[in-house]
Amino acid sequence: MSGLLPGFADPVLDAQSAFRAVLEAMSRPGRVQRLQRPPSPPAPLCPAAGAVLLALVDAGTPLFLDAGADALEWVRFHAGCPVVGDAAEADFVLAAGVPPRLAALRAGTDEDPQASATLILQVEALEEGAGWRLTGPGIEHEHRLRVVGAPEGFVAEWAANAARFPRGVDVILCAGDAVAALPRSITIREG
Amino acid sequence: MSAAMQAEGYNFAYLDEGTKRMIRRALLKAVAVPGCQIPFGSREMPLPYGWGTGGIQVTASVVGPDDVLKVIDQGADDTTNAVSIRRFFARVAPGLRTTERTAEASIIQTRHRIPELPLREGQVMVYQVPQPEPLFRLEPRRAETRRLHALADYGLMQVKLYEDIARHGRVGSSYDHPVMVGGRYLMSPSPIPSFDNPKMHMSPALQLFGAGRERRLYAVPPYTDVRSLDFEDHPFVPLRANGTCALCGARDTYLDEMVTDDRGGRLFVCSDTDYCGTRQAEAVA
Repeated sequence: MSGLLPGFADPVLDAQSAFRAVLEAMSRPGRVQRLQRPPSPPAPLCPAAGAVLLALVDAGTPLFLDAGADALEWVRFHAGCPVVGDAAEADFVLAAGVPPRLAALRAGTDEDPQASATLILQVEALEEGAGWRLTGPGIEHEHRLRVVGAPEGFVAEWAANAARFPRGVDVILCAGDAVAALPRSITIREG
Repeated sequence: MSAAMQAEGYNFAYLDEGTKRMIRRALLKAVAVPGCQIPFGSREMPLPYGWGTGGIQVTASVVGPDDVLKVIDQGADDTTNAVSIRRFFARVAPGLRTTERTAEASIIQTRHRIPELPLREGQVMVYQVPQPEPLFRLEPRRAETRRLHALADYGLMQVKLYEDIARHGRVGSSYDHPVMVGGRYLMSPSPIPSFDNPKMHMSPALQLFGAGRERRLYAVPPYTDVRSLDFEDHPFVPLRANGTCALCGARDTYLDEMVTDDRGGRLFVCSDTDYCGTRQAEAVA
C-alpha cells in the first residue's frame, strides 16, 4: 500500500469535469477532448484512462482490466469496483494492451441495449483532421480521427459491432490527457 | 449569487456522487443509442414529481461550476417552476451562474419549449419529460412497448395518425408529436408544441431528456436526424397561432394567447420571454 497514488485532487468537481469531456466526446464522435485535471494513475494507465475510470466506475459496475497489479490496486481503492477475470462479464473493460475482441464483450439485448460494455481503450495518440472517416449521429458531415496504435483489424471489428445496432459496444479512446469516443452508432471508413 | 443564499451541508449540485455516476453512465448509453429510453434510479428530489425532477437530476449530473444555467417553463424565464429551479441550483451549486439569456447559457433546462434563438454547439438542452413513452396512450404495458421498440414496430402510431387524418382531415396532435430519431427509435419530444419539432432536427446542441417519475432518460446527440412522424401525402405541418406578437411584432415565433379582460379581449405574445424582450430592446435602441 505504500506506493498507492492519489486519485482526483477534487473528487467531486474533477469527476464532473472528466464526465463532461467524455459526454462531449460521445456526443461528437471523433472530436478529441482534453481533460483539465486528470489524476496521475500508476503505469501503464494514462491520465485520461484513470480519469474516465474514476468518473464512471463504482461498486455497481464490474470492471475488467489488463493493466497489472498496481493499476488494479489503484482503481479498486479509489473506485471500489468489483474486478472480474472475464471481460465478457464486465460493464467496463480497460485495455492497456491488446483489447479483447468487441464481439466477445457484452452487447446488451434489443430490449436493453444499454446493458452493454464500454471499452476504455488506451492508444498511443489521437489526432483530429486525418485518418479514419467517421459518420453518424453527432457528426454534421464527416469527422476525421487518426488513432495511433489502434488494434489490428479494429475497423473490420467495428463494422460488425455497428451492424448489430442498437446492440453493441461503445468505445472510449484515451491517450495521455486526451479522450475521443466511438459510440456504436458510428460508421468508420479507413481514410 | 451571495454566499448567504447558498445551502450548507449538500454536495455540489445536491445529488450524491454515486447517484451522479449512475445517471452519467445512463446518459452516455443514451447518447450512444439516440432516442432509446434508458432506465435510471430516479431519486426523491426536494420538489414533487411533475415539477421537473427528471430534468433536475439530469442537470445536476451534468452541471459544473463553470456552467451558465438558464431554466424556462413554457418559454418563460419568470414563471414559478423556472424561478424555483434556477434558485435551487444557485443555492446548491457554488460558482454556477444563472442567466435568462439563451445566447449566454451553456445548459438550458426546459419545460415544454425550445428557445426561438437557434442553439449552438457547446450548449446542452435538458428537457423535463412527464411521459417518455410515445406509445403510452396506445399500449399501456411497458413490457409490450419495450418489445415494440426492440422490433422498431411502430405501426400502432402510424394507425393512430391515419385515424386522425381520416376523422379530422389532419393530424390531431399540436404538441408531443412523435418523432423518429436516427431512423430507428420512435421518441416523445416531450410535450413541446409541434412548432418546435423541426428545431430538434440536426440541432448543433446536445439534447438530454429526463423523466423522474417514470425513471427513464434519453438523448439526441447533435446533428442527428429527427423526423416528425407523417405520411408522404399528409406531410407534417408545425402548428402556430395565426397572429403577431403584441409586444415585439414577431410573426414567426410561437405565440401564447392572453385574455386581457372579461369582454372577450385577447392578444398574442411570444412564449419565449427572452427572445421577445431582446427584440423589444432592439426596437427601442
